[in-house]
Amino acid sequence: MPETTEHIVKRYDQELKRLAALITSMGGMVESQVALACTAILEGDSEAASRAIESDPAVDGLEREVEQFVIRLLALRQPMAQDLRLIFASLKITGDFERIGDYATNVAKRSLVLRQFALPFKLSGLAHMSRLVQENLKLIVDAVGETNTEKALQVWRSDAAIDEIYDALFRELITYMMEDPRNITPCTHLLFIAKNLERIGDHATNIAELVHYAELGVPLIDARPKGDTSSSAVVRPAREQ
Amino acid sequence: MSTTTTFAARDAVMARKLGRRRHRVDAVFRTLALAATLVGLIFLTSIIITLLWRGLESMSITVFTDVTRPPGSHGGLLNAIVGTLIQTTLGTVIGAPIGLLVGTYLAEYARGSKLGDAVRFVSDILLSAPSILIGLFIYQLMVLPFGGFSGIAGSAALAVIVIPIVVRTTEDMLNLVPNTLREAVIALGAPKWKMITLVCYRSVLPGLLTGVLLAVARIAGETAPLLFTSLGNLTWSVDLTKAMSSLPVTIYAYAGSPYQDWIALGWTGALLITVGVLTLNVVARFALRPRV
Amino acid sequence: MSTTMNDSVNKPNIGAMETRSGAALSAARISIRNLDFFYGANKALKGINAEIPDRQVTGMIGPSGCGKSTLLRVINRMYDLYPGQRATGEVLMDGANIIAPGVDLNHLRSRIGMVFQKPTPFPMSIYDNIAFGVKLHEQLSKTAMDERVEWSLTRAALWGEVKDRLGTSAMGLSGGQQQRLCIARTIAVRPEVILFDEPTSALDPISTLKIEELIDELKRDFTIVIVTHNMQQAARCADQVAFFYLGELVEVGTAAQMFTAPQQHRTQEYITGRFG
Repeated sequence: MPETTEHIVKRYDQELKRLAALITSMGGMVESQVALACTAILEGDSEAASRAIESDPAVDGLEREVEQFVIRLLALRQPMAQDLRLIFASLKITGDFERIGDYATNVAKRSLVLRQFALPFKLSGLAHMSRLVQENLKLIVDAVGETNTEKALQVWRSDAAIDEIYDALFRELITYMMEDPRNITPCTHLLFIAKNLERIGDHATNIAELVHYAELGVPLIDARPKGDTSSSAVVRPAREQ
Repeated sequence: MSTTTTFAARDAVMARKLGRRRHRVDAVFRTLALAATLVGLIFLTSIIITLLWRGLESMSITVFTDVTRPPGSHGGLLNAIVGTLIQTTLGTVIGAPIGLLVGTYLAEYARGSKLGDAVRFVSDILLSAPSILIGLFIYQLMVLPFGGFSGIAGSAALAVIVIPIVVRTTEDMLNLVPNTLREAVIALGAPKWKMITLVCYRSVLPGLLTGVLLAVARIAGETAPLLFTSLGNLTWSVDLTKAMSSLPVTIYAYAGSPYQDWIALGWTGALLITVGVLTLNVVARFALRPRV
Repeated sequence: MSTTMNDSVNKPNIGAMETRSGAALSAARISIRNLDFFYGANKALKGINAEIPDRQVTGMIGPSGCGKSTLLRVINRMYDLYPGQRATGEVLMDGANIIAPGVDLNHLRSRIGMVFQKPTPFPMSIYDNIAFGVKLHEQLSKTAMDERVEWSLTRAALWGEVKDRLGTSAMGLSGGQQQRLCIARTIAVRPEVILFDEPTSALDPISTLKIEELIDELKRDFTIVIVTHNMQQAARCADQVAFFYLGELVEVGTAAQMFTAPQQHRTQEYITGRFG
């Protein structure tokens, strides 16, 4: 695609840059929030946990700011074509980031509860999953900032791996609970934490689709790679969903 | 210079200076224009006053009821009035349609064509040609071959004067019709002649009529072309093949005569023509002004 | 460059994408094939290939002098009025090439009506404005003509405003009313195609919206082509949008596709206001 030139109305370009800057800074905040939450879990760091929790209102505030800015842009600039796609995608991306922030907050809160339990097993599976999720998150934040469809596609493809790990973790935690009923409380928390991390991965995938659509104008049409079968891991439902 | 204050200061001084100069030039120019207008007005009013003064002197009902008579026998101007009416009407009836069609040709069919340019050029020359030349032309064409002066020859000479006037006003008026209006008619599937006659003429009808009326006003006062064509006739005659009287020619004859009553009647005739032409002009300007 | 681009653009998308109403583009009412147009020696349209879908709205956009109005004037042979203008190629309607010599232009123009940029009421009564065009092609009784006048004024959403003063001069109407009168006058002839040449560029926003609503109404019965400088207008009115640049048809597609994801770089630059 040839180099995109500037708008005739320069102010419009400045506004679009400001929108991009807002989204990028929100992505950075969420990225560090998730990192703090993971540290809190894996290293039992309550300091990290409370910092993750405290940064949530700022993320929510940024989301509102983006929303208002987008409404303004839509009303005043009546964007078309790639501008329209970019602004629409920004609105959706900000929602995805906000959800990611919520999940990170939830993980951080559970880490504080989890500290009260002595765990008879290692969290190596969860550590692996959190690493993958953070890698994907970093990649997608970069993809958003650089409007890099290659990186977006990479995120989109690697979500399957996260889903598989989540599946394995699900079975592992069930096994611990069956072994010893005292594990049920911490393992339930861990299940939610794993689920939250898996959801963060899903939102990263959403964002990847939006980046792709905003840049190229066509949706990522193939069915999303799905590795998560935990919904049918224990009791196989009568019909495939 | 480098700051706004110096700019403003310089501007204020300059502006005052320039302003004074502008006012002076303006005053001089306005005085000149007013003076010229006054001179024109003085001439015009003195003509009208003289005309009224001298013309009303022998104005009476006999002017309209009796024909021209020898000096001292209290004649009127009836034959001259009727002759002028006949020749003017006939000249207009012959000249105006031709002029209208030529103007239409120039505006609607000959835009940018060589022939159109030539016709327009010739017509404009005719417009400014001395009217005595036109009289001589008709003299050669109609008086000599048919062996005598005639009312019809006079009418023909007047028609030749009418044609270029109507050509010019018709073309100018039709050029005022916006092209989009023409296209709108054509876009409905109308042939060109319907476009011209049903829409273009109608949209500039007041202008076209004004052109014709101005032409009438012009020929009503023409003397020179009639001297060689209808000559004038001191007795009653409405026969188009014979010499025919007319107001301008009668005025010309009476005014040059040594008889007091003829001279007075000449002034009356002049007043009649002036009033007639003035009326036509007023009608052309007001009664037919474009209505929206 | 032009031919390959036209080829690659024209084939896909039509039928593949949905129009504003969700339906696919309909079959072509007019097909334009390899159309070139010349103002004297100046080539104003270069190898145009396009389909005008039946009873839908085709919007033509592009910067000034791009050839969109020229194409409109080819379709009803308006260029015939001016010597030195000529078209080559084919404009097919019902299988006949309407730009071929020997076509009955008056009949053609009764089938393909046109509404202009500036309202052009004729200097006559409102009634006569409508009846004028009808009388050119049909001989109607007084009652039939009355009905036709009412029908066309109703379709043009003007009947209610003028029904009590049909005998008064059309020049006394407001600009928006005059333009709707011109539309009524055009549809009174009952054409199959109506060409709109920037019909609202001389009107205020409310009158503009009324005309747009009218166009939306009219497309049930008429095939409509509208040239507009206003991109939002094309987005609001058109099912299919064609983008012209320097006499070439750069891209054509459904309005939804053209305004969300145009394929050609130049279309994108123009539509988003980046044209340099």
